[in-house]
Amino acid sequence: MRRTLQAVPLLILISMILFIILNNAPGGPLAPYLQNPHITPADIERLKHNLGLDRPIYFRYFVWLGQVIRGDFGYSTSNSQPVLQAILERLPATLELQVSAFLLALTLGLAAGIFAAVRPYSLADYFITTLAFFGQSMPVFWFALMMQLAFAVHGIHGFGYEFRLPSAGISTYDTFNFSDRLSHLILPTIVLGLLQLALYSRFMRSSMLEVIKTDYMRTASAKGLDGRTVLFKHGLKNAMIPIVTVVALALPGLLGGAVVTETIFAWPGSGRMFFNALGQSDIALLMGYLLVLATLVVFSNLLADVTYAWLDPRVKYD
Amino acid sequence: MAASVPFNAPIIAEEEFALSKNTVWKRFRRHRLALAGIVALGLMVLFAVFAQQLAPYDPNAIDNVHWQGTPLAPGVAHHVLGTDEVGRDLLSRLMYGARVSLTVGIAATLMEIIIGTVLGAISGYYGGWVDWVIMRITDVFLSIPLLPLLLVLTAIVSASSSKASLSFGVIVIIIGGLSWPPVARLVRAQFLSLREREYTEAARALGNNDLRIIFRHLLPNAMAPIIVQATLDVANVIIVESTLSFLGFGIQPPTASWGNMLSNAISNLQVAWWAAVFPGLCILITVLSINYMGDGLRDALDPNTR
Repeated sequence: MRRTLQAVPLLILISMILFIILNNAPGGPLAPYLQNPHITPADIERLKHNLGLDRPIYFRYFVWLGQVIRGDFGYSTSNSQPVLQAILERLPATLELQVSAFLLALTLGLAAGIFAAVRPYSLADYFITTLAFFGQSMPVFWFALMMQLAFAVHGIHGFGYEFRLPSAGISTYDTFNFSDRLSHLILPTIVLGLLQLALYSRFMRSSMLEVIKTDYMRTASAKGLDGRTVLFKHGLKNAMIPIVTVVALALPGLLGGAVVTETIFAWPGSGRMFFNALGQSDIALLMGYLLVLATLVVFSNLLADVTYAWLDPRVKYD
Repeated sequence: MAASVPFNAPIIAEEEFALSKNTVWKRFRRHRLALAGIVALGLMVLFAVFAQQLAPYDPNAIDNVHWQGTPLAPGVAHHVLGTDEVGRDLLSRLMYGARVSLTVGIAATLMEIIIGTVLGAISGYYGGWVDWVIMRITDVFLSIPLLPLLLVLTAIVSASSSKASLSFGVIVIIIGGLSWPPVARLVRAQFLSLREREYTEAARALGNNDLRIIFRHLLPNAMAPIIVQATLDVANVIIVESTLSFLGFGIQPPTASWGNMLSNAISNLQVAWWAAVFPGLCILITVLSINYMGDGLRDALDPNTR
């Protein structure tokens, strides 16, 4: 409970620092007008006054904060709709991609990590660790381009079939079609999930290796339990605990990666909307989006702490 | 604090023998992939430093003789890796791009390490309200996903500058100025434990001032994890810079960077695979080499953490 309360001042501090950075960065909301020869300095002053930009920064911050608390994040000029509405409208598409990438990364990553840890320093282990290292070193946007090149531009040929996947958008038809939606989902999911997958498999491997060495595992084997029971019932349960933290810490990367992935695959989500707003000085939307991301990160960290303490009663938070 | 030194503490601090140069090199050498990483990275650095001498063509020159409007394939008309969509030699641009990526990577990391180390050292050494303030700021920047924040800042700066271009220095300052929080946390944790050691106590008893204790006694003992972190961060910064450049908010054309070369290639994916493959391969090889080096350094410098 106390930790939940600590999240609130942190969020307020985040909003304060974001507000100061975004409003004091050279340019600011009036940047597009400054280069327009038809707009005189007097016009700029009038615009500033009308928008309240001539007020001191702390005054503007409190006005803004008051609006945000009432759910008003301002008006997005690049989408011609309120910021909150713009974000919420594109949230389902973003969630669809995020959740599928997360599930892919988690299941495959954990499985690969366990598989490698059970056979340490075997050929399979080397293969998996090397692959994970590649995954972590891969520039995501380039991986996306290569996937498009392989599966969308050229197509994979084999067994007399030509295997192709769409490289842009969320669907071809206006009406819902499951296989169509699924085929659009595959490439962006793999691209977005790759980094997480590599991360999870590495952590799962080292966590599992750590657990296998412990005394209680030896005790369990000595009791005469079969290897499978020891491994999964005693080992896996304990090895999973640190993964909770890793998953929470990886969340900013997943959210940040969405901007790149959604932009490259023309995915109609909030990440692409954010990218489109960048070139248009749509400060209200950029601010709102960053704040939503930060809120998600803060609460996922909180959730990780709580889950961790629940899974491992030895850990106590004050 | 004076009485907090345990009576039975080991007399030799483990850092003293762990950090002898010979042992470090011996342990590093065992990591084959780290050695391979050094060789590959060395080649990249060589290309970057001697780009002017080694590049077969001017990176911005258009091959008017052979180029007919479509990118030339690798090997055609003495272009070893082909040309891009406007007929510029790909290999030459990659060499000059190496300059950009490596310089930004090293410069931004240096900045990040300096800021992070200073703040982390102050935080860990003094504790109290100074520590509280610095850690809250660190929390803030750790809670905002880095890439979107960087994009917003570079976008705002580029919208305001009259040339509508982001200079090299601005990119370095923005990346370096925002990626220090993990370093600050790391250094703080180191200092929290180091300040309780006997040699710190001894240095203080001898009348050394705080600045001298921090830089002469604590920092050298905290160097191992900082060096490892710095190495891995060069790789991270290279990926971040190329991502920004790819998205159009980093290094601006016509200056070649591996990232912005790829953003041109995306529209020609159907006709010129080489323009999309090679710049990314350069990024991957460089980042992979640096990461393996960092891995090897970690094994060699502090084998306990993994």
